[in-house]
Amino acid sequence: MSERLLDIRDLEVIYKTDLETVHAVNGVNLHLEKGKTLGLVGETGAGKTTTALSILCLLPERTARVKGEIFFEGKDLLKMKEYELRDIRGEKISMIFQDPMTSLNPIMTVGSQIGEALALHNEQNRTKEQIEKRVEEVLEMVGIPASRKKDYPHQFSGGMKQRVVIAIALACEPDLLIADEPTTALDVTIQAQVLAMMNELRERLQTSLIMITHDLGIVAQTCDDVAVMYAGEIIECGSAYEVFTGEKHHPYTEGLFGSIPNLEVDSARLSPIEGLMPDPTNLPEGCKFSPRCPKCMDICRSVSPSEYVEGGHRISCHLFNKEEAK
Amino acid sequence: MMSNMPTAAASANTKKRKKSKKNSQVKEIWRRLKKNRSAMVGLVVLIIFALAAIFADFIVPYEKAIEQNGQIRLQPPSADHWFGTDHFGRDTFARIIHGSRISLSIGFISVFLSLIVGGLLGAAAGYYGGSIDNIIMRIMDVFMCIPAILLALAIVAALGTSMQNLLIAIIISNVPSFTRLIRSVILTVVENDFIEAARSYGAKDMRIILKYILPNAMGPIIVQATMGIAGMILSAAGLSYLGMGVQPPDPEWGAMLSEAKDFMRTAPYLLYFPGFSILISALCFNLLGDGLRDALDPKLRD
Amino acid sequence: MSALIETKDLKKYFKVPNGFLHAVDGVNIAIDEGKTLGVVGESGCGKSTLGRAVLRLHEPTSGEIYYKGENIMGYDKARMRALRREMQIIFQDPYSSINPRMSVQEIIAEPIIINHMFKTRSEVFDRVAELMDTVGLAERLSGAYPHELDGGRRQRIGVARALSLNPKFVVCDEPVSALDVSIQAQILNLLMDLQDELGLTYMFITHDLSVVKHISTEIAVMYLGMCIERAPSKELFKNPLHPYTKALLSAIPIPNVELRHKKPEVIKGEVTSPINPKPGCRFAPRCPYASDACTAQTPEFKEISPGHFCACTRVQ
Repeated sequence: MSERLLDIRDLEVIYKTDLETVHAVNGVNLHLEKGKTLGLVGETGAGKTTTALSILCLLPERTARVKGEIFFEGKDLLKMKEYELRDIRGEKISMIFQDPMTSLNPIMTVGSQIGEALALHNEQNRTKEQIEKRVEEVLEMVGIPASRKKDYPHQFSGGMKQRVVIAIALACEPDLLIADEPTTALDVTIQAQVLAMMNELRERLQTSLIMITHDLGIVAQTCDDVAVMYAGEIIECGSAYEVFTGEKHHPYTEGLFGSIPNLEVDSARLSPIEGLMPDPTNLPEGCKFSPRCPKCMDICRSVSPSEYVEGGHRISCHLFNKEEAK
Repeated sequence: MMSNMPTAAASANTKKRKKSKKNSQVKEIWRRLKKNRSAMVGLVVLIIFALAAIFADFIVPYEKAIEQNGQIRLQPPSADHWFGTDHFGRDTFARIIHGSRISLSIGFISVFLSLIVGGLLGAAAGYYGGSIDNIIMRIMDVFMCIPAILLALAIVAALGTSMQNLLIAIIISNVPSFTRLIRSVILTVVENDFIEAARSYGAKDMRIILKYILPNAMGPIIVQATMGIAGMILSAAGLSYLGMGVQPPDPEWGAMLSEAKDFMRTAPYLLYFPGFSILISALCFNLLGDGLRDALDPKLRD
Repeated sequence: MSALIETKDLKKYFKVPNGFLHAVDGVNIAIDEGKTLGVVGESGCGKSTLGRAVLRLHEPTSGEIYYKGENIMGYDKARMRALRREMQIIFQDPYSSINPRMSVQEIIAEPIIINHMFKTRSEVFDRVAELMDTVGLAERLSGAYPHELDGGRRQRIGVARALSLNPKFVVCDEPVSALDVSIQAQILNLLMDLQDELGLTYMFITHDLSVVKHISTEIAVMYLGMCIERAPSKELFKNPLHPYTKALLSAIPIPNVELRHKKPEVIKGEVTSPINPKPGCRFAPRCPYASDACTAQTPEFKEISPGHFCACTRVQ
């Protein structure tokens, strides 16, 4: 087994306001090995983004309560001081957000935005000229001519802006890149361009990647490992092969696959998951998926399922823990 | 099962339910407003002012506010005359109380009328766009070029000084900013697909404006109106101070300030009371307006 | 002519400061009764404008629209309003497409009241209850306000409202793209069931090829305001002719790990500006096979094999 770059243990995040308590993440265990790509899949409100933000300790301090441990290169990020985190953010861990339109500063040239990221984490003591050179390198790397570094964000199209965002994220050659739905706002042909570029860069730079998405297609094409989230829990995880081709699945994962129209097979009807995501302020007892589950048993409504493990494939479902149920 | 749905049980009497729902929206806004302490302070003070204005005659008779009495000129505050007396021996407390009637009603009436005029113009400009928008807004721009107080002064000077002309002047000088605001609010509402949906099933313009656009534009308009009252009270006071507004012997806060300035050294209390009345009422309307803006903004919901 | 709705050389230009934006530029489509035409394309290709132009919600610049064989371009406001009962639209965004100040019941009743479909209030509300049942909205939600509901339920309201006038033709403008996958499937199933039950004709606008394949009988691919390929659904996926269609098909990430090492055919560049476009094939600047012939003149939209139309100089 290769070295674990990131190890999340029993992560819990609760948002507390005067009115309500939102249980956004409920005991997540995840780990990522060096150089690998982890796909974090789930629907709106599954807690994907919250998990990602807690890795960078970027959750709103006023409302969010975080419990658990997040080890990055052996050190617990949640116990770090703000100034220590600042050294890690951007330099060792970077994040790409969903919307390229709002994550760039409209009144700075793209070149100076990349340069700023470099100057803030200037470990190699680069001179101004060296930084400028690196900016050009990074732009070329994401497929933008270096001559465009003097342009402002509004002069770029959506796909190009996302490339700039990726350039900023990769400028300091981080060990871990977190991409939160990086292509959701883009058109399919542009999405294909950006994904191809990200795959290529990742292989070249040996960056580990957490890819947050709701698109199973993207996961199948880019990720080594997959974790499926539902209502703040990881209900199934394993290698992409295990999750996509394995025989045993969590009913929710099956439901997700049944919901996407299949391009390869003609089918008259989709088999969607009935009902809605549970309310995170009032989660059901037992298995969180039980109210929507077509294979729900009595035990599911009262007892949280433990993990069924088969190699690296883990499923949190009572279906596969029959012995325990009896 | 569907725990995030309204928990109210199924009810055959949908009509009744509808009513309680509408109320619950108002309740929701009220609940959020209540949490805002400064807005509540503003509201309470304003209610006191309003009650004083409504029941002014029961508090002190109007005669005390206008009857001149040479023997008690320029007396400092005392048990008989809480706020002292002015240079004609009139009771300042009575004048402040009766003055609140004039000042507050100028505020309310002028905001109400500006809102109607500005609302119609702004709605027409925002909804129809094109040349109608252009014509209305260019005329408003012309008005906006002239400082509001100067415009009001000119109007009063042309029409003559009276309460009615004062109102006309204040309304005319405030309509442009209302038109502008309402137009911009309407423009954002019109962008919504539900307007297009309404057209797609054949709703006529009037119905679209009344049932779809205005209810969705109410929030910012209410806020602007509340804050507008403060501005109107200030401009009325300003005009009266300059002698262009309410005429003596009617007690009006601005006019009182104007008269008091001659006795600034000997009887400064004559300045304090009308000055503070203007200040506090304007401040409270602004506080309330701020609070309402937060309470009505769905984006700021906790 | 058996087509329920047909357009001939339909154009919609928008005036912009530096010229005209050719949102829809000479589109010919025809949809048979009870069938679904899927319109696919990337953002800015004019697919939503086409949907609205067909309903004359956006007044077309030129061209003809035939409904039941009659040209409706000449209809005046009142006749158009009457016709709108038969032609409805479902919007993309379930959040902005319904009035937040009305209850569910009021929203669905609105078209019925405006068009005087029933005389008494109770008849109207019976109809609303029936519609809510049809689209799968629980009766207890009738007094609820939109902000209390999730996207899927809101979209069901949108569907019920569109159905309230018993339309024959419904334009579905990306009705599921704002929804989560599991909810998306619910709404797609609902739309397909309704088509079977009520014999509806759909124009289904989307950017999602897997969705469009699933629901459509015929598919039209649009690029920069023009329809560049049109074919029966299966035929298009089996045998795409236009280079853009091919690129679009290969760009979809397929949820199958076995296919991951098959590199997709990535087309370079981005959509060019639809403002004052140059003559010639619109796709030529990005096309890997572009030749001089492509930029010289706009390729003709012609029938290659029965029912399969394509506008490309290379395809004969």
